[in-house]
Formats: sequence, C-alpha cells, structure tokens
Amino acid sequence: MTFFKLQNELSAGNTSCFEIVSAFIENIRSKQDLNSYVEVFEDSALSRAKEIDKKIEAGTQGKLAGLVVSIKDLLCYDQHHVSGGSKILEGFESQFTSSAVQRLLDEDAIIIGRTNCDEFGMGSSNENSAYGPVKNALDTSRVPGGSSGGAAVSVQQGSCHVAIGSDTGGSVRQPASFCGLYGLKPTYSRISRYGLLAYASSFDTIGLFSKDIESCELVYQTIAGHDPLDSTSANKSVNIAPAEKKAPYKIAILKNAFADEGLQGEVKDHFQASIEKLKNAGNTIEEVDFPLMDYILPTYYILTTAEASSNLSRYDGVRYGYRAPKTKNLESLYKMSRSGGFGDEVKRRIFLGTFVLSASYYDAYYTRAQKARRLIRQATKKMFEDFDFVISPTSATTAFKLGEHASDPLAMYLSDLYTVQASVAGIPAIVIPDGQDKNGLPIGLQVMADDFKEQDLFSFSEYLKHIG
Amino acid sequence: MSYPDKYEVVIGLEVHAQLSTESKLFCGDSTAYGAEPNHNISVITLAHPGTLPKLNEKALELAAKMGIACHCEISREMFFDRKNYFYPDLPKGYQITQDRTPICKGGYVPVKLENGEIHHIQLTKIHLEEDAGKSIHTEDAKDSLIDYNRAGMPLIEIVTEPVIHSSAEAARFLYEVRRLVRYLGVSDGNMEEGSFRCDANISLRLKGQKELGCKVEIKNLNSFKNVQRAIDFEIGRQSSMLDNQKEIIQETRNFDPQTGKTSGMRKKETLTDYRYFPDPDLSPVHLSEEWLNTIKADIEHIPWDMERELVEKYGLPEYDAGVICEDRQMTLYFSEVVNHTDNFKAVSNWIMGPVKGYLNDNKREITEFPLSAEKLAGLVRLVDDGGLSFSAASKHLFGPLVLNPEKDVKLLAEELDLIHDHDTLALEQIVSDVLSSHPKEAEQLRNGKKKLVGMFMGELMKRTKGKLNPKEAKELLMKELS
Repeated sequence: MTFFKLQNELSAGNTSCFEIVSAFIENIRSKQDLNSYVEVFEDSALSRAKEIDKKIEAGTQGKLAGLVVSIKDLLCYDQHHVSGGSKILEGFESQFTSSAVQRLLDEDAIIIGRTNCDEFGMGSSNENSAYGPVKNALDTSRVPGGSSGGAAVSVQQGSCHVAIGSDTGGSVRQPASFCGLYGLKPTYSRISRYGLLAYASSFDTIGLFSKDIESCELVYQTIAGHDPLDSTSANKSVNIAPAEKKAPYKIAILKNAFADEGLQGEVKDHFQASIEKLKNAGNTIEEVDFPLMDYILPTYYILTTAEASSNLSRYDGVRYGYRAPKTKNLESLYKMSRSGGFGDEVKRRIFLGTFVLSASYYDAYYTRAQKARRLIRQATKKMFEDFDFVISPTSATTAFKLGEHASDPLAMYLSDLYTVQASVAGIPAIVIPDGQDKNGLPIGLQVMADDFKEQDLFSFSEYLKHIG
Repeated sequence: MSYPDKYEVVIGLEVHAQLSTESKLFCGDSTAYGAEPNHNISVITLAHPGTLPKLNEKALELAAKMGIACHCEISREMFFDRKNYFYPDLPKGYQITQDRTPICKGGYVPVKLENGEIHHIQLTKIHLEEDAGKSIHTEDAKDSLIDYNRAGMPLIEIVTEPVIHSSAEAARFLYEVRRLVRYLGVSDGNMEEGSFRCDANISLRLKGQKELGCKVEIKNLNSFKNVQRAIDFEIGRQSSMLDNQKEIIQETRNFDPQTGKTSGMRKKETLTDYRYFPDPDLSPVHLSEEWLNTIKADIEHIPWDMERELVEKYGLPEYDAGVICEDRQMTLYFSEVVNHTDNFKAVSNWIMGPVKGYLNDNKREITEFPLSAEKLAGLVRLVDDGGLSFSAASKHLFGPLVLNPEKDVKLLAEELDLIHDHDTLALEQIVSDVLSSHPKEAEQLRNGKKKLVGMFMGELMKRTKGKLNPKEAKELLMKELS
C-alpha cells in the first residue's frame, strides 16, 4: 500500500500508526538475517506512533503523519546511537538531531531505526560495515549495493515507507538500482548536511529511497531547503510546484557510456530498450560526446579521499567513541585507537587523502583535481543548455555476489563509473526501476538533470510509468 | 666585538588577539572568560560527528576593522582553510584558519620609538582563525586534563614582516597593537587572561648582510616585559653561539619568566606538514564595498590619530598626549572635558594628576570615575577664575567632590571655606612656592620640627615685604603642609 492510500486509511480510522509501526517491527524481526538494520528504535518509534495517533484523532497531525522512515547510520537523532557503520563510534549516542531528520519529525514522521551501511559511506557493496554485510532481499547471496545498502533493503523488505540514505558518489543510486527502488540524489546543497556524518563534505548529499515516486517527492519537499546550521546549504527556495517541463523531452546519452567493457550485456540491452521506448513516445534522444569522461573517477577519488582524511581526524579516541585499551602514551592512543577502530577501506582512503594533500603532492593531485572538477561541472552543465536530461545505466552490472569484489578495491571503485558524474558536478540525479535481468535482479535507469531541477526528475519518473 | 656592533637582530612578530565577540568563531558557545572548565562547549565545539561550523559575522567585522585601521588591503573574496594536525586540545583534528586568503593583506602599524622617531612596522597579513582548547599537565597526575572552553574562540593573528630590530621596538609595537585593538573594541587585549599573546621569530645576521640568519621561534609571550626579556636573552644566546662558530638550529623555544631564559621545546624538529586545504564545510566569503564602508564608518578613534590631535589641536605636550591616549576611554573623557573649558593643558594636568591617582588608588577605570566631564571642567574654571590654587583644589576640594559628585563645585568650595580673595590666593601661592624651594626643611617641619615655623615665617615676610597677616600666613603654611 502506498503512503497516500495509507493516510486515507489512517484518517478513516481503519488503522493506526501504532499498528503500522508494530507490523514494521515484526517485519524487521522476521527478516533479521538481511542485516539491514543496526538498531531498531522500537521504544521511541512506538511511543511516537501513539502520540501521532492522538494527533490524527484530534486532526492536528503534520503532513507526514503515518510515514515510517529508516535513517542510515550516518544521521544523527538526539539521544539515539549513531556509529557510521564503524567500530570507532562504538557506543556513541548523538546529542542532537540532524536537520533533515528534525524536519521529518516536525511533520510527524516516525523514525523506526538506523540502517546498516558501509563504514562512513565508503563502499559500493555494504560489505565494509563493522556490523557485517547486508544481504539483498531478492537474493541473499548477493549484495544490496552500497554504501546505503541497509537503507535500500529496509524499503525493499517492506519495513518502512521511505529510507533516508546519503549519496557521495552513488551511494543511494547504485543500491536503489540493485534493489529495484527509486533512489534520489538531490542537487548538492539542497538538503542540509547538518547532522550527517561527513565523508566528503563537498560531495555528500542526503538521498532517498522509496518504492513509489510520490512519497519520495513528498519527503524531498519536506526536508529540502536552506538551513542556517549548514552554511553550504542553498539559499534558493524549494520548488514544490509541478514541473513546467513536459514531454516530449530532449534527452542526451553519453557516447562513452556504451564503450565501457564492463557493461553487462543485459544492462546494455535494457538501456537500449528504454531509449527505443522513449523515442517511440516522441522524445528526442541524441548521443553526446563527453571528452572529460576519463577524468571523472580520478577527480572524484582524489577530492573525496582528501576531504575524508581530514573529516575523519576527529575520531581520535580522545573525546568519544572507541579508545584502544592499554595505550602507553598519546601517540599510541592515537595509533591504536584509529588502527583498531577504522576498517580497511576507511584506512585506505585516509592514506590516499593524506597523500594527495601532502605538501609535495598537493599541486599535482589536489589542485589539478579541483581544476578538473570545475571543468567537469562546466561541461556537464553545458549539456543542459540543449537537453532536459542525461540518461545512463546506473551501474554496469546488476547486484553482484557477496565477496565477489572484496579482494579488488579498484574494480569496486570502477563500479561507480556512471554515478560519480552527478556527484562531481553537484547536479541532481534519480534512479528509476527499469526491469530485471534473467536472474530476476533489478536494473535501474539513471536520469540526471540540471541544478535544482528535482521537480523535473519527479515528473519524468511519473511519465516513464505511463509510457511503459 | 659582538652584538650590537657585529650583528643585527631581525625580529618578526605574530600577535594573537582574541576578538571581543559574544560567541565563538563557528558556533554559538559563549566566549566569557573564567567559566568552569568545559562549560562553554556545545556539540560543535567538541566536534561531535555530523556537526558543521557556521561563521560568526561579528568576527569578520572586527577583523576587517583592524585591517582598515592598519591600512591593510581587505580581501573581497576569501575562504577558510583547514590546518590538519593531531592534538587532544584540537577537537576536529584540524584548526580552521586562513592560509591562502587572509582577510587583511599588507598594511602597517606606526610605532614611536624612545627617540621620538616613528617607524612603520610592515604587516604581512592579518587572518582569522579559531583557538584550540587548553591542555593541563600536572606534575604528579598520571593523566592530562583538557579544557575545551577556549576551543573555537575567535582570534586574529597579526603577522609582521621581519622588520623589527630591537627588543624595545618589539615591545613598543606590541603596545601599539594592543592599544589599537582596545580602541577599536576588537579585543580586550587582556594579556593576563591570554586574550592577547605573542610569538617572536628572532634571528641574527652580520651587520650589512642581506640574507636572514637561522630563526628561532619563541611561543606564547604574555607581557611586554617578557617579550623584551626573551628577545634580549635570545640575542645574547645566539650572538655567543655565532661568536663560537656554533650552528643555530631552527626550532621553537619556550621562555621561562622565572629564569628569564629560553629553552628548546623538542629535541628533534621535523617540519610538520599541515596539509592545508580549503574547508569544504564553509562557503567562500564575499565582502561587498557597501559592507566595508559601514565598517569604515564605524571606526571613530585610532590612537595615534587621537594622540596627534591632542598635540596639534589642543597644544598638549607629546608626553601628555601619550599618557592620556593610553586608554581610549581616557581620551574620550578628555575630549568631553575640553568641550566645557578652553584651558586644555589644565585639563591634562587634572587628568594626569588627581584623576589618574584616584583611579589607581581605587583600582577603577575611567568609565567608573564619579565626576562628569562638566564637573572636572568646573574645577578647572574655578582655579582659572582665581578662587583657589590648583594645588589647594586638588588637595582639598577634589576628594570631597568625588565623594559628593552631585554638588556644585563652587558651592562645595565655599562650604569648605576654600575660596579666598585674591590676596589670600596670592599668599597661598607664595606659601606654596616657599615650601617647594625648601623641600628638605618642609619635610622636617612636616615631621614635627616645629621650630622651623619661624624660619618659614621669616621667608614669607621677606617675600611679601612684610605685608601679611601673620596668623593667616601661619594657618596657610600649616594647611599646605598637611
């Protein structure tokens, strides 16, 4: 049942928030092996459900009353634990609520629990979590994608209406594709990052998962907008009017997108079928050359690791979180706490980031990557002078097997190929479920738009449903 | 032959001044001094996961104000950088500072040396940054303690070019900068509380040599005197090392105010790589012409300008102007008093003498001084009109007036029977002159050597050519002595 039908049921008194939350908690319990949740906020969710039921009775409820949301273990919720999927935040309880979550609470949404993820958002398979891997509900031998794997599965398994994740280079879009969901990465700066554990500050965005596009849109409109606590959040007001832009659309596809050797045959076929479908419906589709394509991944990994190496310095064992036992002095306290608290992937990125920022290499890597980023953003934005959208596959493959890429981090990095462009450019992108491969594994279509054109992405998603 | 004939000392200073804002540089925590340890600490100060900095615009304003007063170029576009290093009193593992785009570039501070010469001490830059917390290492305890109250406090760092050539000049520069921040309301300049402190980079080179010698940095000097002592000690240490062909190593040294000596802080000095890069959590800052103009318009008083005005407009001796302009409020008080009288030098005498004496004795600030500007001008007028001498007024009227500041100056003087006709006044002056021309005898008389009265009476008779009332003269004599 979609959230909108549910709200009618709630108003009619046919069900209650308490019943809904109880059923979701039961769902989580029965599907514990998926490992999608790190913690279920059973008590606070149920007591909020009761409160909101009273509000519904009195007719004073907020516009998200009855909506149940899971939050990725990177979002702060006052008096609730948050760990970023890391041992280094073992036992840490946040003392404030992130702005995005606060806006949900203000409209009477219920937070049901925090979902498993790759440590500090670093990974593409959700295998880099201190709490163990998450399994794809459609095939438990496969990954759900990452880093917001738990978030994706929490929606996929039917334990909440919407999941809040975060997307730095594809961490919402790739798992949405692997799990057959809608996955939105808004424009950078559109949703406040205050209370989101930082991976790479100039890339991090809060993103959303849902089974239906309507609830994704509704939640987006609730949490987007300027926040004085995040000085990088955009001052521009949030557009909630239906998109003015209507079909037929002008759509670009990137020539280089098909050249990728790793592109799985069926994914390619599906993508081509989608193109045909759109053409037949009267839309214009053109191939566009994007010469900077080869620079996108290196740019992304240089800049994100640089920022991460600094963002993660605060986890030092001094004020909170994990502190190694039996340290001899300050230096060993730092070394042992950070060595013991961080996982391998995080360490790898801290090393990489420290290296690219070091005095002797700064100009060769960081400065040039910044320049490349500007050029990529300019070239990407230029495409939107002629086109409404740029479409591509989301991932070269469907969900792969657990452990398949574990020994090859570089192959894992390459799996971000399609999603990082929107992250480097800072533009919004959405993943739309687009069929399955022969094993029944979902395939997602990625649609990118110009800055702040989220409404166009929502209406395009609606449009695609109707031309099916 | 050694310093100063053989070598020249080259000094560059880095002055940290804590800005007078209500809240910290990147969050709303209070900046109040003296709070219980770890009291002014929010999740942002403690760098809890998920927190973000938010720039305090007041700090920007104060830094710009300082830059304008020092004739700096003010950056219109700037960003903040992260300086990355690990230390327990640095909560985020990096300090937010301005490395590549300081808010103020260039500029100078005019410094008047003892010989009256004015040197323009060139500044490299003034930048904004946050302070770190305080680590407290006690000798016996196994653990170190950390107080994060200071973490995130707003600072400006004022960096000079290596253009200072004596410890006295360095101390004078500090004096000027401190006076300036206090005039502008940029910082309280309190050295005891650590809101104004200084690092000194000191090197020696052979006279006439162009290249700079190897420099030594001395950290956290917290008084004018200690800056001077530390520099003088370093000059001695470095020149004797050079004389003995010993190599000076580039290092950071500590100054011990107890012994007056500096000592190396670390054995091995490896160059730290701070990995500066622009802080992606803060948007670049743009300063508009309009904004800068409002800041400019807000600058009313610059101490050296005020000092010059006191000399040029009011004809005060340079010494007087220097004393009055030490404190902005004192200067303002002077300006107010001279609205009510034209005898500017007399106002200066009153302020430098009785007023300052009163403030010192009572440990008060001029802003707490009971007498209004008009009342002090009243005192000046009363003396000018010839009702009583300055000496009598300061001795016998000033005190009672301060206790009854509401009273009319002249009425009070009459109540106290201090107003005399011109003869008495003239006699008063003569008595005072006689006493001051025989200070030794006056002192003895004051200590009870009564027979000296006769000698003084004789003197008075001689000066007035016998035209005096002996009874009145004796009374005046005893009164002046008391």
